[in-house]
This record gives sequence, structure tokens and C-alpha cells, in this order.
Amino acid sequence: MAIWIILAAMTAAAVMSALWPLSRARTAALGTAGEGLFYRDQIEEIDRELARGLFSPAEAAAAKAEAARRLIRAESRRETAGPSLDEPALRRRRAASAVALSAVPLLALAIYGAYGSPHEPAQPLAARLVQERDLADMDISEAVARIESHLQQNPADGRGWEVLAPVYMRQGRFDAAANAYAQAIRHLGEEPNRLANYGEALVNASEGVVQAAAREAFEAAVATDPLQPKARYYLGRAAEQDGDPEAALRRYEALLRDSPSDAPWISVVRARIDALGAASQPASPALGIDAIEGMVAQLAGRLAEGGGSAEDWARLVRSYMVLDRAEQAAGALAEARRALANDPAGLAEVEETARHAGVGGESGQ
Amino acid sequence: MLIEAGHFALALALGLSLVQFAVPLWGARTNDPVLMSVGGPVSVAVFLLVAFSFGVLTHAYMVSDFSVLNVYANSHSAKPMIYKITGVWGNHEGSMLLWILILALFGAMVGVARNSVPPKLRANTIAVQGAVTIAFLLFLLMTSNPFERLTPAPFEGQDLNPVLQDLGLAIHPPLLYIGYVGFSITFAFAMAALIEGKIDAVWARAVRPWTLAAWLFLTLGISMGSYWAYYELGWGGWWFWDPVENASLLPWILGTALIHSTVVMEKREALKVWTILLAILTFSLSLMGTFLVRSGVLTSVHAFAVDPDRGLFILVILVFFIGGSLALFAWRAPLLRQGGVFAPVSREGALVMNNLFLATACATVLIGTLYPLALEAVTGAKISVGAPFFNATFIPLMIPLLILVPFGQVLAWKRGDLAGVAQRLAAAALIAAFVTVLIYGFTYGGPVAAPLGVGLGVYLILGAFNEVVTRSWSPGVSLSVAARKARGLPRSTWGTVMAHAGVGLTVIGIAATAWSTERIVSMRLGDVADVGGGYEARLDSVAPRTGPNYIEDVARMTLFSGGREVGFVESAKRFYPVRAMPTTEAGIRTFGLSQVYVSVGEEQPDGSLGMRLYYKPLILLIWLGTVVMAIGAGISMTDRRFRVGAPVRSRNAPPTAAPAPAE
Repeated sequence: MAIWIILAAMTAAAVMSALWPLSRARTAALGTAGEGLFYRDQIEEIDRELARGLFSPAEAAAAKAEAARRLIRAESRRETAGPSLDEPALRRRRAASAVALSAVPLLALAIYGAYGSPHEPAQPLAARLVQERDLADMDISEAVARIESHLQQNPADGRGWEVLAPVYMRQGRFDAAANAYAQAIRHLGEEPNRLANYGEALVNASEGVVQAAAREAFEAAVATDPLQPKARYYLGRAAEQDGDPEAALRRYEALLRDSPSDAPWISVVRARIDALGAASQPASPALGIDAIEGMVAQLAGRLAEGGGSAEDWARLVRSYMVLDRAEQAAGALAEARRALANDPAGLAEVEETARHAGVGGESGQ
Repeated sequence: MLIEAGHFALALALGLSLVQFAVPLWGARTNDPVLMSVGGPVSVAVFLLVAFSFGVLTHAYMVSDFSVLNVYANSHSAKPMIYKITGVWGNHEGSMLLWILILALFGAMVGVARNSVPPKLRANTIAVQGAVTIAFLLFLLMTSNPFERLTPAPFEGQDLNPVLQDLGLAIHPPLLYIGYVGFSITFAFAMAALIEGKIDAVWARAVRPWTLAAWLFLTLGISMGSYWAYYELGWGGWWFWDPVENASLLPWILGTALIHSTVVMEKREALKVWTILLAILTFSLSLMGTFLVRSGVLTSVHAFAVDPDRGLFILVILVFFIGGSLALFAWRAPLLRQGGVFAPVSREGALVMNNLFLATACATVLIGTLYPLALEAVTGAKISVGAPFFNATFIPLMIPLLILVPFGQVLAWKRGDLAGVAQRLAAAALIAAFVTVLIYGFTYGGPVAAPLGVGLGVYLILGAFNEVVTRSWSPGVSLSVAARKARGLPRSTWGTVMAHAGVGLTVIGIAATAWSTERIVSMRLGDVADVGGGYEARLDSVAPRTGPNYIEDVARMTLFSGGREVGFVESAKRFYPVRAMPTTEAGIRTFGLSQVYVSVGEEQPDGSLGMRLYYKPLILLIWLGTVVMAIGAGISMTDRRFRVGAPVRSRNAPPTAAPAPAE
């Protein structure tokens, strides 16, 4: 609403700028007087220029005669032109006022209506950042407080506990989370996901150690749903802590087999497998160094023949650095600069990779 | 809300421009002083509305309001505040808004300047200016609205083109626009004269300060642009005959011609038709420059503004104003009363020669700029017309013109005495010739053109001041009397002297570029390379550094002259991650009027660093000269004849008192 008041005020001010001069019943004479003055001034200037040698005397006389003729013409014009304040003049004024009063607001509104967004507020970045942060803080603490007070009155509301538990987890209050999950299990019943989350809260509460209560929860979860990934992972951790890496490895590998390739936990599980592999069977890389070299050579060959994206170039540079061949990496980078000359974004990516991998690190200190 | 108010102000300005166009025009036709008087307040109101709108957009940039599409597309919250502000006109929409702001400013200034312009001429001029404002406001609102909103608003912007993140951008475009758009007011004056059917010396005097103002700013704008390209693009060149540069040079050349022809018209009422044509063509070339830069016809550094739709719209504006004004010219010009007569050898004659040379030079540059475009459009063949063409055509036209400049200053009106003038200039010419021979002797074996060019510059400076000497001193006059007389010379004379001396300085600076040296070397840390001009540079370090919105590798070099340390320079390769764009920052060290210019290049496979080292003797004179020219224009604007002898407030009885004598 306020916006329309402001726009209306602006319109009124704009229209006034046209109406104000129209409303003054001024009898202004046409200023041809100024022209006479101009030519008089010019005649005097000719005298001054004569004194400075810009005219020969004869020419100055001729020039003065010219200016004088114009002076006479200007003066005679002044007599014939007078102000007109008759009926047509008043009609003209009214017409002009009407045009200003109607055309200006209509045109402005039509144009603004077509292109404007009157309800869009201004959104300066600083204010938005403050607002955003406040919103995030206020939301959670307020919501938690509200649910907590609700649960104090209705402790048997399992849903309430279940909503609260992950919030506690995120806040790092693992004991409270474990308690909330336990309450949820009590009132909503045992359910594999709920059991696994309860176990996870317990593990976190005891600083990563899978103790008996947690283990029981995981086992109960797996008993109902043999594929429950979180429970299976923590059972693997339990086996590790029991000093049985082979059992742990078996569990992890089985979990990997059953997991979809884009599951979020894959990297975590892999890391555990790598850690165990490094501990138990030293140095048996999945691919021989020869095989890697072959792949890199193949990639280099393909790129040299002209095919390949910016990612390929980045991979090649990184591979050389991994193989400890700084010179070839620098060479590849130089080639990439040539090949990607028309693709600044791609080249930037390659440069970035090279910087991270430390290509040219010796010279660019 | 503020942003929407700014948007609405533009729409309102459009509506009011319509009043600014129609009512004063009608008033002038019906001889109605009240209707004519509407022009002043309305033109001021239009200016205030556009200024408000511009202020709102600037504020949106300052507070990084990314709900405005234009801010999102051209700004970034991490950008330093100064570049947030300059970013307002570092893009198409914002620069068009600035363009309109200046258009409205000139309209408002004519509206306020009651005392210098006859009322009818003023009314028509304001009306024509209103018409131009209408066209550009429509263009802005319909094809390139700077207030387009974006929902939901992103949290980060796309940053400004890094090349444009420079102090040069803070200064160059506004100056250039004031110049470009300033010629819109001379165009409006010319159209007003054609509409009224009356063109005389009064017109010439009314239009002269505006022409001078526009020319002053265009000169500074082009000069700044040239200096900016010199240090920002990292190639060490200061003029590339790039089509976009030419687009700004063309109106400058014709504007220079216009300044000289209005003198003839004011003093002798001759060259009327030609002057009107020049005023029309100068603004037409300004419009064409805008069209070329923004339509995508040209690709260059300025390509940030490219969009074919907009190009079409500007083309329509272009055809309407240029075609319309030339049609009006063809219809009305034959009706104009011819003015004073003069002999070929006279001040008028010299100014006609000046106009002929400048118009020919302008045509040459125009052909060199447009021919490749036309050829590509017709046959598809891409050719490039570069420096060799312009050097072979433009310079030969300039040299006789420059030789004639001091003659024009000394010749008398109506009929001059060539032999006498030559005698007066003999001293200047002799000294210049002596300087040439001397320099040639010292630099024997170097480029021959350089001493000749320096000689020409010296001749121009001496010739310019020759006017002061001959007008205030003759043998037997004491020095103090001469000094008093020189002070008493009109400001317009001093303006001429300064402007022409400025040309001389620039000519010397340009001639001296023939002595500049360029060394392309590859250096390792600790290496010392010869720069030229007796300077040596040692590569001290190459280190990464993080700026507010970029990362850079900085090469630092110490400079030595004759084995003594004289300073250091830093040149950097920058990378702007948001736009994923690299730039090169040249390192420049000034010694007097000369500069050492260092630009870091690519790293070589052997680990050394490619470097370009330049020594540029007297290079600063090029830009210093243009500043002196602009000062000359400024002095000329303050001449007493623009302050007295003009119409006064007409409410009272017409004044009869003659103006006080000046000296």
C-alpha cells in the first residue's frame, strides 16, 4: 500500500512541474530585446578587435555595417512580436494542462504496469544475511523448546520424541538423543531404522565405542531387516573393536555388495576397508603400477590426438603428479593451455587442479 | 520499495518528456510565452526523476541487492566499494541510464540557463532534447530495463568483467558520455533553428558554450580511455584504431570542426548551413558510435553490451533522428539567409580550411571503420583495416592542418595579409626547425619522423603563444605593460592558445613514441634485463597474492639507471574466479614525462618467466596535451561574451544600457 502512496506523490510532483508554469498568468514578452543587445555588443567587439589588429580599418567598417543591418532587423522584429493573451491562448493553456494531467500519469502507469514489480521488496544483501541467520537460529531453538514443553505434558507421545531425537543429534547432545530414541522405541515400538538410530546415538554418547546396549540394538535391527545399512556398519565397527578384523572386513564387504553404487555411506565403508587392508595385508594395490601407467599413456595419447575435455586434461595433470613426474605434468599443463585456449572456464579448472597438485611448484615460489 | 520507486521514476520521466517535447514546441509555433515557459521546469523535473532513478540503482549496487537482475549480473558482494559503484555504468543497462541522465542534465541546464538563449530558440531546443529523451527512455524501459527483478534473489552476483574493474572505468565512460551526449544539445539547437527557420549569429553564440563543454568532456573521455587501454590491456599501446575507439574519435573530429565553424558564424554570420549540418552530423556520429558499440556489430573490449534486439531498436532510433534531421535540413536549409562575405585569405578562410581538413579526416576514419563491416555484410569476407591504413591516410591529412593552425590564429577577419602573417610566424618556424635539426643530430641513425614530429609540436606551441606575444608586445613596449596587455586579452583568445598548445604537446608525445623500445625477454629470478632508455630491470620475486575478489601472481622488479637503484615495478597475472577470467596488470613507473612499462607474460617450460619491457619516452605528453586542450576549452567557456550582452529577464522593460567595455 505504502508503495502506491509514494508513486502517487511522485506523479503529483511531476505533473505539478508542468502545471505550475502554465498557471502563472505572466505576460512575458518575447526576448528579441536580447538580440538587439547582442548585435550592439558585437559592434563594440569589432572596435576592440580592430584595436588588437584583428581587422583592417576598412574591413572593420564593413563588418560594423553588416552588424548594424542585423541590429535594425532584430529591432524591427521586436516591434511586431507581442505577447498574446487572448481567448485562444487561454484555450491552449487549458489543453496543455489537460495533456499534462492525463498523459503523464497514464503513460507512467502503463509503462510501469507492463514492466514493474510493485510488490517486490528491496533486498540488500547485508540485511538478508542477518535475517537468514536469525531465522535459522530462532527456528530450531524455538521449535525444540516448544516440543520439549509439549513432551513434558505428554511424555507418551512417541512421535514427539522421534522428531526431537535427530535435532539433539545435530546439536551434539547424544545422551539426550539416545534417551529420546529410547522413548520413541518404547511408545512406537521396535523398528529397524529406529533401533539403528538409537544404537548410533549410544555409540556417539560413548565417544565412538560400540558398547553392549548399542550392539544389542543393532543386532535387533538386523534381525528384523538384515539389510539395514547403519546397523550393519556399526556391527562391523563392533567386530573391529573386538579385535576381529576379518569378520569386520567380511561385514563391510557384504555391506558394499548390497549397497547401491551411489549410497552416501560407500566412502565411509571404503575408508574402513582400506584401513583394515593396510593393517592386515600390506601393499597389494588393486591395480599394478604398470596398468596405471598404461592407462595414463592411453589418456595422454588420446589427448594428443586432439580429443578430450578439460576434465581429461585435469586428470592427466593429476595422474602425472601422482606418478611423481613433475616435468611431464608441467608439459601436460602447457599443452592444456594450448588446447583449451578457446575454453577459459575449462582451462581455469585445469589450472586449479594443477595448482592443487603442485605443478610448477618449484618455480612459482 | 525504493527500487520500484526508482523504476517508476523512469516511467514518469518518459511521460513528462512527452510534455517537454510537445508543449514548448507548440508554444514556439503559436508564439505563446506561457507554453514555452513550461520547458524549463519540466526539463528540470525530468532530470530530477532520472537522477533519482540513477541514485536508486547506485544504492542497489552499493548494498548488493541481488533481487535486481542487473546488480546480480554485474556485481559481487566481495568487490571493493568503488568498483561496486563504477559497476553501475560498467554494463549496458546502467550505462544507458547514465546516458539518459546526462541527456536530461543538458536539457535541464538549457532550461535553467535563462539569460543566454532567446526564449523561442530555447523552447524548441528543449522540445527536441525531450524527443531524444523519449526515444532513449523507451529504449531503456523496453529492451534493457535496469530495474528488472529476480526472484528468488541469489546470494551472490556474477561479478563485473575484470577488465572493467579499474579506476579508469570510474572516469572514462562518464566523461565520454558527457561528451557524446553533450553534442545532443548542439543537435537540438540546430534542429530548433531549422524548425524556427532562423539561424544567425545569436544562435551561434548561444550554442557555443555547449559545444565547448561537450568537446571538453569528449576530449577528456577519449584521452582517459586511451590511457586506460594503455595500462590495463597490457599491450603498451595507447591507440589501436579499434572501431570502438574510432566511434568516439569521429564525433570528436567533427565536434572540433563545429567549434571552429561556430566562431565564423558568430563573428561573421557566414557558414550557417555548413554549421547546422556539422551539428547534425556530430550528434549522428555519436548515435552511430552507440549503435556500433551496443549492437554487436563490433566485437571488442566493449562487447559487454552486445544484443541484436537492442541493436535493431537503436538502429530505428538512429534512422529516425539522423534521417529526420537531414530531411528537415534539406527542406529548411535553402530558406536560410546567407551571411557575411570574406576573402579566401582571411581568418574565415583559415577556419574553412580547418573544416575541410577535419571533415576529410573524419570521412577517412569513417570509411576505415565502416568499410570492413560493409564488406563483411555484403560478401562475407573478413578484412581488418588497421593502423597502416590510418597512418597512411589520417596523418597526411593532419600534418598540413597542424601547420596551418598558427596561421589561423594570426590572420585578420574578412581579408588577411598572408605575407605579414608568415613574417610573424617566422620566428616560431625557425626555432622549431632548429630544434628538429638539433634532435636529429643527437639521435642520428634513429627514426627520422620523430625529430620532425617534435619540431612540428614545438612549432605549434610557439605558434599558439605567438598570438599572445604579437597582440600584447611590440618592440619598445616594456615587459610589464606587455604582461598587463596579455592578461587583458579575451578569455577566448587564451582558450585558443591553450588548446592549440595542447595539440602541440600531444604531437610531441606521439612523435616520441618512435623512440620507445620494446624488449621481450625470458627471465629467471635475479636476472637483469635492459629496458632501454638507460634503464635496467632485475626480477626480484614472483609471489602469489590474494585480492578481495581475485588471486594474482605478482612479479616484482627493481629498476636501475646507470647502476643506481631508482625504484621498483610490479606486474601481475590476475585470475578472477567468479568470471573465471585472467587479466594482466602492467607495472608502470613514471620518470618525469617518460615511463618504464613492464608486463608479465607466460611462464616458459624451463621455469623462466616471459617478460615484456618497454621504455616509453615522453609518453605522458600525449595525455597531458589533451588535458591542456580541455583546459583551453574551459577557459574559452568563461569568456565574457557568454556572460553579458545576452537576453535578460524579460518581465521588466527591455534594457537599454550598453554592456560595459571589457578592456
